[in-house]
Amino acid sequence: MSTPMSFQPVLLWTDLLLFVLLAVALLAIVHVRGNEPLRAAWRKVGKRPTGMAAATVLLAFVVVGVLDSLHYRPLLPAAQAETSAAEAENGTGAAVDAEAATGAESATAGGQLGPVYSTEVLSVLDALLEPLRAQTEKTYSAPFAWQLYQREAMELPDGRQVRGYPRLVHGAAHLQEPEDELAADVAARVASGAGLAVAVWLLCFVVLATIVWQGSGLGWGQVALAMLAGHTVLAWRAALVTLAVILLIVGLCLELAPLYHVLGTDKVGQDVLYLSLKSVRTALVIGTITTLVMMPFAVALGIAAGYLGGWVDDAVQYVYTVLNAIPGVLLIAAAVLMMQVVIDTHPQWFDTAAERSDARLLALCFILGITSWTGLARLLRGETLKLRELEYVQAARAFGVGTPAILRRHILPNVMHIVLISLVMDFSGLVLAEAVLSYVGIGVDPTTISFGTMINLARAELAREPMVWWSLAAAFVFMFVLVLAANLFADVVRDAFDPRRG
Amino acid sequence: MLAYLVRRVLYAIPILIGVNLLTFVLFFVVNSPDDMARMHIGVKRATPEAIERWKADRGYDKPMFVNADAEGSARFTDTIFFDKSLRMFALEFGRADDGRDIGQEIRDRMGPSLAIALPTFVLSLFASISLALLLVFFRATYLDFWGVVICVAMMSISSLFYIIGGQWLVSKLWALVPISGYAPGLDATRFLMLPVLISVLAGIGSSVRWYRTIFLEEISKDYVRTARAKGLSELAVLFRHVLRNALIPILTGVVVVIPLLFMGSLLVESFFAIPGLGSYTIDAINAQDFAVVRAMVFIGSVLYIIGLILTDISYTLVDPRVRLE
Repeated sequence: MSTPMSFQPVLLWTDLLLFVLLAVALLAIVHVRGNEPLRAAWRKVGKRPTGMAAATVLLAFVVVGVLDSLHYRPLLPAAQAETSAAEAENGTGAAVDAEAATGAESATAGGQLGPVYSTEVLSVLDALLEPLRAQTEKTYSAPFAWQLYQREAMELPDGRQVRGYPRLVHGAAHLQEPEDELAADVAARVASGAGLAVAVWLLCFVVLATIVWQGSGLGWGQVALAMLAGHTVLAWRAALVTLAVILLIVGLCLELAPLYHVLGTDKVGQDVLYLSLKSVRTALVIGTITTLVMMPFAVALGIAAGYLGGWVDDAVQYVYTVLNAIPGVLLIAAAVLMMQVVIDTHPQWFDTAAERSDARLLALCFILGITSWTGLARLLRGETLKLRELEYVQAARAFGVGTPAILRRHILPNVMHIVLISLVMDFSGLVLAEAVLSYVGIGVDPTTISFGTMINLARAELAREPMVWWSLAAAFVFMFVLVLAANLFADVVRDAFDPRRG
Repeated sequence: MLAYLVRRVLYAIPILIGVNLLTFVLFFVVNSPDDMARMHIGVKRATPEAIERWKADRGYDKPMFVNADAEGSARFTDTIFFDKSLRMFALEFGRADDGRDIGQEIRDRMGPSLAIALPTFVLSLFASISLALLLVFFRATYLDFWGVVICVAMMSISSLFYIIGGQWLVSKLWALVPISGYAPGLDATRFLMLPVLISVLAGIGSSVRWYRTIFLEEISKDYVRTARAKGLSELAVLFRHVLRNALIPILTGVVVVIPLLFMGSLLVESFFAIPGLGSYTIDAINAQDFAVVRAMVFIGSVLYIIGLILTDISYTLVDPRVRLE
């Protein structure tokens, strides 16, 4: 028997769509490089310091999200496989793992174990953050705490029972006398983390400067100085400063997070930093896939209605007036409730719990897409109505060019800026909507880690004394940074691409 | 004008039928009543008898469109489609899962919803238009720049944060007003102050920026230059010319939401335990009370269409060039 792979890749539907989106983005970059007007518009984005800074922050979030989208199921060690298979067989939920069960059958029959993969779906990000994921405490603990948040009965070495705050299992566990050593240890690690960040930043700077320097005809030093002084055409200085801040935060976390709970732990003792990073993917999926799935409909229907007019126009207008007439939240609520019934009554469709919650996430994207394509379709219809009467379109018609060719060659490229603007403008609204919908109970699956579920779980704990503020604060700060960066980027893109803005 | 209105109302009917069909498909065709029953009772406890009882309680045990057993017009009236969908046009919504009449419940809860939505609407309209005019008056200065920065920052904050943070700060730390609750009559102000304030604050960032863009677009037009050339002061230009001419785009966004104020705000009502329609909807969603959600969808779309008609009428009021024909 050949040695089995140590993991089994898993491609969830949202992963697939995210990668499709990435591929589309790469193709778009290739297309922009060969198209002078588009390049000029993007150069306008790059000239603005806010645009460069926001793009850098968004890029960091995208890296986290993509790492978290490479999913796999790890191979179980032989002994564990049997218990896992047994668990799977008398498992309660719908997520009974068929493969583990068959593995166990062959094991009992043949006396030998085939490869058995865990029912738990992990991602590359999980593997990178292994210490954060695995080091769970009993319950809440504050950021940088070394004691649990709650009092418990403890046994002293001499056998007496007292009530006190027990030491954390992982947080600051390497210190002998945490009360005295904590501050000094944190300070030392902050210093080394900052040193690491500076080193990596310098490396990035040298690489970037070399790229910019290539073919500029100037000396390398000149280019590097110009970048630092902010004299380059593109606002490299803003990007470098943002990069420095991001690297500093990452460096500190690298040094501190394996030994402390930097942002504390939540009710079941999970590290809040880990939860926040995992939430990024959910937010990105909701913000981008929703637009991706609704865009083909919006573009096709909007352009067709505007160009063809007549009954097509009437029909499209009727459909989007009906969809618009239902208040958004209620339509989403109705659709999500129904989707939930479908998912709950068909457990056989899903192999693992991750696949089921992924299906719900995808369904939510579709539902949000259905409720939000109307705005884009209406904009495109209006723009097409205008374009239809322009000379070059009329000339094409007079030459006998067919309708499909006119739509593809003359109309579509000239409304793409509206599509791009609405894509970036919708992103932040969708990220915020996810949190609200998850709070109302019509958002993502409760087992999916997202900003909404984090807030929902943490909300009830504000009434406690002393207050449990850290998981709420972490969710809000992460969300704020992501949405702010998206908003700023969207503004810059709109300014660069909207012909009505100078 | 009257002919126009009649036509608009007639045009609303196919849209309402569309909404009605859409909700019917969502609630009864995507999932059969059996599926819903199984989900509601719990997959484990769903015996065939329990499912039948659940369906009979709600009147879901009838045939979908055509009742072959019935005589005469009852062939079509004694069906799920007629009972659950068409009856809504007569504003008969049936009963919720707790046995109460949905129509009565909606009438009772409209008051509290309006008590919170109306002041929020008026205050935020007033505040955001004034602030936007202020920013436009000081355009291209540091005040304008930082005003826009604050707006973008404020619209990047989750509305949940405003609510949770406001409740914690004002009600818990400063203990100025009760955390949540509601009382009828004048006593309600005590409970309503904080939610109204928070709703205004949560929405002000995006609306100030929106109005500022509208005003700036207006201010670059020729008539503004003429007004300045006549020697009018900047304030007179802003209030007498720019504000009035910007009313059409403002009304487009504003009037359509006025009827929807009846629906209340989902989040604020549920956080502050105000017995309005918003919290009613949230409770229904959490309890998976399909009848209530259906009723709210229908009412929402009726109100939306009323809003569209009101918008058209309001155009004639602010702009004498607009004639409805």
